[in-house]
Amino acid sequence: MGDRQVYTVSQLTARIRDVLEEQVAPFWVEGEISNLRVPGSGHAYFTLKDDAAQIRVVLFRNRLRRIRFEPADGLHVLAFGALEVYAPRGEYQMVVELMEPKGLGALQVAFEQLKARLQAEGLFDPGRKRPLPRFPRKIGIVTSPTGAAIRDMLRVIGRRFGELHIVVRPVRVQGEGSAREIAEGIADLNALGDVDVIIAGRGGGSLEDLWAFNEEVVARAIVGSKAPVMSAVGHEVDFTIADFVADLRAPTPSAAAELVVREKEAVVDGLRDLHHRLSRALARRLERQRERLVLYAERRVLSDPSRPLRDAQRRLDELGLRLSSALGAGRRHAVHRLALATQRLHSGNPAVRISSGRGWLGQLQGRLDAGARRSLDRSVHGFRVAAGKLDGLSPLAVLGRGYSLTRTASGEIVRSADQVAPRDPVSVLLHEGTLECTVEETRERDGRPQV
Amino acid sequence: MADLKFEDCLARLEQIVGALESGNLPLEASLKAFEEGIALARHCAKYLDEAERRVELLLKDEAGLLKTQPFAIEPDDER
Repeated sequence: MGDRQVYTVSQLTARIRDVLEEQVAPFWVEGEISNLRVPGSGHAYFTLKDDAAQIRVVLFRNRLRRIRFEPADGLHVLAFGALEVYAPRGEYQMVVELMEPKGLGALQVAFEQLKARLQAEGLFDPGRKRPLPRFPRKIGIVTSPTGAAIRDMLRVIGRRFGELHIVVRPVRVQGEGSAREIAEGIADLNALGDVDVIIAGRGGGSLEDLWAFNEEVVARAIVGSKAPVMSAVGHEVDFTIADFVADLRAPTPSAAAELVVREKEAVVDGLRDLHHRLSRALARRLERQRERLVLYAERRVLSDPSRPLRDAQRRLDELGLRLSSALGAGRRHAVHRLALATQRLHSGNPAVRISSGRGWLGQLQGRLDAGARRSLDRSVHGFRVAAGKLDGLSPLAVLGRGYSLTRTASGEIVRSADQVAPRDPVSVLLHEGTLECTVEETRERDGRPQV
Repeated sequence: MADLKFEDCLARLEQIVGALESGNLPLEASLKAFEEGIALARHCAKYLDEAERRVELLLKDEAGLLKTQPFAIEPDDER
């Protein structure tokens, strides 16, 4: 047993280090990134793996900065570097100097495959997407109850429109089984029956973190939802399958809340504006009507119904006076002439004078008649004018404008329903012709506002 | 009108205001439209006034029945 060589752990590790670090030249290796962590130091730690093996990898910050893409889980890469042994833990890792993406990682491939399949089914068609309700009453949210996403959304909703009913369906948003939980959450919110819109989402993360939203079960749940669904996953740049099938994609959870909930102030303002416009529109409508009324009212007939009657009366009186004074003057004149003639008659030859006096008398008689007739004609003409005016005021003239006059069998004008009884015959006088009617029913009050 | 959704209510109100503003309605119809519009505006205002903030968690019990409970999380207001 004495010739056995026994190493201490340190010696062994030193030998291993010698072999791995000195004898394995820097190399290229190909694999898929997983378990990527970038702690505060800024160095990136991850594993590269294939179907059967994995190796720990570190990418120091100064190297990480030189890489033209963002390393992410699931990404298939080519890495150049060397091995390094970390003696205190008996571990070895690859220190990467250079890295570039190679094709697409397995997750990416799965993503592209599902995307192509759902697209072919027409699930991404814009025509399939439903509009979001402008004023949701009840909002369903499917997300983690402890994440930043729910806090962001509630904060935005509270700020914009504090008084809303929000139902949160708590689910895990990453890890095994999370996709099924999200799908179930969407279905559960639909089962409530009165949810107006559903937001399904989570905060940003790596491709693997967001993976649940790339699974078919979630896509199917979104498609099957009765309420419109808004996806709100991660950062602005990440597109998930859920984003493609959702009725609307919000770039972040806060943005989703902003898209769903309007500013209450804007809603209240909008409503006030509508109310105002409503009143103004009616006021304008009434004003137009009033203008038309004023136009009618300016015709005195309507402004003072008794006035034309009074005018006509006064005119008649005047005419009467002129008539009688004309007649009076004519007669006085004739009487005077007659007196003169009679005087002459007495003073001249009775026979001659009588005949000439007769002639005079006849003449005078004629003039008297003519004068009287003239003034009578004038009066009659004035009377006709006045009567014509009166005629304009006559109810019969009004008939021409579509009014009608109803009279009982005895000729009495019907002003009130209680003047007649059912089955009474009435006669309705129209502008042209009359209608002989029988009363069917009387109503003392109708829908008109009482004056 | 009570079961009319706020959104439908507002849409109808907008429609009525549009019709009234066009000025093509007869007087009688204008008055009717106005009355309906005022009722809708009141309904909407009432909805806004009566809306209350409520945040609930929707949970499923062992039997798979859905139930809600108040959600205690308070959004940390950063304003």
